[in-house]
Amino acid sequence: MAQDTAAQFELSGESSRRRGFRYFARRFSRDKRAMLGLVIVAAFALSALLGQLAAPYDPSAQAYELLEPPSIGHPLGTDNLGRDVLSRIIVGARISMVVGISTVALAASIGIVLGVAAGYYGGWIDMIVMRLIDVLWAFPNFILAVMLVAIFGLGLANVIVAISLAYVDDFARVIRGMVLMLKEEDFVTAGRAMGSSNRRLMFRHIFPNALPPVIVQASVFVAGAILAEAGLTFLGLGVSPLTPTWASILNDARPFFTRAWWLATFPGLVIMLVVLAVNFVGDAIRDINDVREYGPGVTS
Amino acid sequence: MQRYLIRRFIFSLFAIWATMTVTFIFMRLLPGDPVTTLVGEEGDPAQIEIIKARLGLDQPVPVQYFYYIRSLVTLDLGDSIYLRLPVMDQMVEALPRTLSLSVVSFFAGVAIGLPAGIISAIRRYSVWDHVATFIAFLGLAMPGFWLGILLIIVFGVQLGWLPVFGYMPIGEGVWEWLSRLILPALATGTGFAAILARQTRSAMLEVLSQDYIRTAYAKGMRERVVIFRHALRNGLIPVVTVMGIALAILLNGAVITENVFAIRGLGRLFIDAILGRDYPIVQGVILLVACIFIFMNFFVDILYAVINPRIRYTD
Repeated sequence: MAQDTAAQFELSGESSRRRGFRYFARRFSRDKRAMLGLVIVAAFALSALLGQLAAPYDPSAQAYELLEPPSIGHPLGTDNLGRDVLSRIIVGARISMVVGISTVALAASIGIVLGVAAGYYGGWIDMIVMRLIDVLWAFPNFILAVMLVAIFGLGLANVIVAISLAYVDDFARVIRGMVLMLKEEDFVTAGRAMGSSNRRLMFRHIFPNALPPVIVQASVFVAGAILAEAGLTFLGLGVSPLTPTWASILNDARPFFTRAWWLATFPGLVIMLVVLAVNFVGDAIRDINDVREYGPGVTS
Repeated sequence: MQRYLIRRFIFSLFAIWATMTVTFIFMRLLPGDPVTTLVGEEGDPAQIEIIKARLGLDQPVPVQYFYYIRSLVTLDLGDSIYLRLPVMDQMVEALPRTLSLSVVSFFAGVAIGLPAGIISAIRRYSVWDHVATFIAFLGLAMPGFWLGILLIIVFGVQLGWLPVFGYMPIGEGVWEWLSRLILPALATGTGFAAILARQTRSAMLEVLSQDYIRTAYAKGMRERVVIFRHALRNGLIPVVTVMGIALAILLNGAVITENVFAIRGLGRLFIDAILGRDYPIVQGVILLVACIFIFMNFFVDILYAVINPRIRYTD
């Protein structure tokens, strides 16, 4: 892949950060697709927060109505143990949201520290960090996540760490490119002339200006993380099978798919809807920041 | 250029070694060992020791590492713990299945994505463009395994058009082989098709807005000629670079698709080995995957320089 990541992102003269939040909000609210996405994301965030409170039934309560098709009592039907599918999907939102948010926070934090250090100091630090990043970069993100779960073992915490590490390289490359570009700017030289320490230069002067592409990257990444968690869980490599997650509802229902279409349809539909909504929001953030994406990696 | 390539090659070897070593060390550091899984928690400790000794797992980790590297030189990846078959043989058996799936998925993706992108660009903002855009968005958001399940239910079970499980070698007949791969290939290839369609659309739009296209129209050329002779040729250059990541996307998908459609390929072998903590297979597959991707990236870099002579790598 192309070596020069600085060229991957191109910022217009003024980033939205400089124009302020109000400008961002105004443009965002004019984008119909983005607003639709935001509403959907908000609805799922709410159900993740409320969890069982929002569910019509206890998600693990078993009843005698096995594999019942959707009805007024059970809008999305029941599963093979008579559990209400809607309630399980509502409760399952929590895992997806937790994974989506915590992986993005972890991957961005590690990526930012590595990328800023590599870009700012250069020399052997850059050399070591970038060789490490290059090794991660060689692997597609999902396969890397599977490999890391293979190495670390199963469980929610390991899944979060594995998905985060799989995406660290994307963040580190983007931020390093930005830092390389920004550290030549006059305001950095001015800051140095005024006696700012390295840390102050890095995190007060350079980093805030390098943020827009990171935010864009993060919004793309949330969707990828949700899909990755679903994929891992579906393969049996994810969260414990007892916790209802969207993918585990699908996985548990495998033997009954031919008899119960609702079991095969709704959990997948929900995953697709949320990923779609996150993508809409992410696209809007990217357009407003005027960050143009090139090359692979951003989409995978 | 030559120096760059040599350095790049040495780095590739280093990356493979690093991946292999990290895998090796971590798999031994972490709790849960295969012999206990094999014998069961209440297994006779003496028996566990005997099995461990036979597998070489009683040795200190550095010694195990030394033996591992030594046998790697002769391409011996050891025997799997459960089936006691050479890891190499199991991978060689699984590889054609994964390759078949990837190849068919690739063509499915190109067959759907490329025309969709071209039509979207030529008839921008038409109904076709909106439909293609909408489907591409769905394709990107849809988990591959879910699409696979839906395809099985609709085309396999309800309509009964295609077989939904397993794999047949191409030697058994082309249709026998292909018919079992169509649904899995659609499940794997849809995400790729979506990305390809979006890239083709934007690349073509950029070309179509250029002066030489307007000149071609102004000369009174038919649209077909303008599109296929002039626009497509330049419009597809950025698309070729997307093809570079096709393998990554398709293998990503294959891991999941093989699981849904019960194809005993590399992905399936890998997942089963992870769940059973079958170290030798996990190590073998990771090593193979590392070799594939690291050398593929190496070749893609060279290919870029060949396609576009303006790219000159410097060190």
